Amino acid sequence: MTTDLALFIGLALIAIVSAVSMLVSRNAVYSALFLVLNFLTVAMFYLLLHAAFIAMVQITVYAGAIMVLFLFVIMLLGTEREEIGGSIRWQMPVAIVLAVGLAAELVIVIFRSAAGVQGQIAALPESFGSPASIGRLLFSEYLVPFEAVSILLLVAMIGTIVLTLNKGKESR
Amino acid sequence: MSLALLIEWAIKSVVIILIILGGFAYLTLLERRTLARIQVRIGPNRAGPWGLLQPIADAIKLIFKEELTPRDADKVLFFLAPIITVIPALIILAVIPLGGEATLFGNTYRLDLASNVNVGVLYILAIASIAVYGIVIAGWSSGNKYALMGGIRSSAQMISYELALGLSIVGPILLAQSMSVDQIIDGQRGLWYVVLQPVGFLIFMLASIAEVNRAPFDMPEAEQELTAGYHTEYSGMKFALFFMAEYGKMIAVSFIAATLFLGGYLGPYVERFWWLGPIYLFIKVLFVLLIIIWLRATLPRFRYDRLMEFGWKILLPLALLNVLVTGAIYVLVGGAV
Repeated sequence: MTTDLALFIGLALIAIVSAVSMLVSRNAVYSALFLVLNFLTVAMFYLLLHAAFIAMVQITVYAGAIMVLFLFVIMLLGTEREEIGGSIRWQMPVAIVLAVGLAAELVIVIFRSAAGVQGQIAALPESFGSPASIGRLLFSEYLVPFEAVSILLLVAMIGTIVLTLNKGKESR
Repeated sequence: MSLALLIEWAIKSVVIILIILGGFAYLTLLERRTLARIQVRIGPNRAGPWGLLQPIADAIKLIFKEELTPRDADKVLFFLAPIITVIPALIILAVIPLGGEATLFGNTYRLDLASNVNVGVLYILAIASIAVYGIVIAGWSSGNKYALMGGIRSSAQMISYELALGLSIVGPILLAQSMSVDQIIDGQRGLWYVVLQPVGFLIFMLASIAEVNRAPFDMPEAEQELTAGYHTEYSGMKFALFFMAEYGKMIAVSFIAATLFLGGYLGPYVERFWWLGPIYLFIKVLFVLLIIIWLRATLPRFRYDRLMEFGWKILLPLALLNVLVTGAIYVLVGGAV
């Protein structure tokens, strides 16, 4: 338990520092890389929680695929240094309001459940977080949401292809 | 967690890293000698018998070379990029067992680090998917347009071929009914998966050669177009680290191919003599490595658009079809395969 706690504190520090650095760094490439670091630490959190499958998916999908695309676009467009403010000036106040709301909600939830949290956690079943048990749940209990997400992704994919194809014709 | 267990893990980790590092040094020699033979040359044979000291001579030369940092480079990332590139190559082998159970000084040890985790295959894919960062960062931080082009090309190439790579591994997972590397090897006791999954093996090899940027898919460092691609501006030991990462990944890919498709450490009499396991694995890995070197000597480099077309229009649909057919047959036969 103590090693877990030490690991957690270390990882939490990295996670917070990387998240703040992501926000304040002026260079978009640095921001993206800090976000990658943050995703990797979150994956470590999942590992600490015995959710190895989610940890691996977190690394593969977020750190490995999505952020590579982000970096790719940043580099391809050469827009590393975007001035703060500019076209999306309204974003800042909205973000502050939402962040304060989220923080307040978090505090309330933690204080309301802090007393009972220790007792509520049951012993983990043997197959907790194993790929097989997650797969079985996805294809039985959560089949409809799962299929809905897959259709959503398919639509997004087709949409991208349609949009880029039209652009190609115009430029020709 | 006892101290003995910690020491055991530490020793195993060091062994795995030494395999990559030592393998890297002598793989360069093997490749140069083999290429030379294929091209009717002799190859490096002056340093030591059969040129065996050549890798050490190369290392000493690279250590004493001047390291340049371009004026326009992003200093921090330029320094970090080689390190970030090497790390995935060093840690990806953690889930590959080198052998079965070994008896040493009266104690029984398993010759692996973490091959029994139930997400072993996903770990391989996860590490492979973050391996691109070092190259991309190197390309961007150099402040050089050729290096940047190399970095962008490699990220596009690796994203494209990762899909086919992931799908080609679904075959062994389906047949073994597990994502644990241990159980995938266990499932190959009767028959290697390369026999049941010939298309999957082919796709895996092609996609992984593209993943590690080897010829004929070495687009990120196409000399004629990009001088040297993402590592154009690197010199001295930093360059050596990129070199190490490339060969380390090549070794790692060969280990994974040997384990998922060629039966890993399994072979005749491996149950009775545990030390046969690592030897069988070594022979299989050497076989895969020689194929990769042979391909480099034989095939010209793909054109970039052809490469992308091949990845998206041929390899990916083929991999999907392979998964579909494997699954259908598996269900129809009733899991008796």
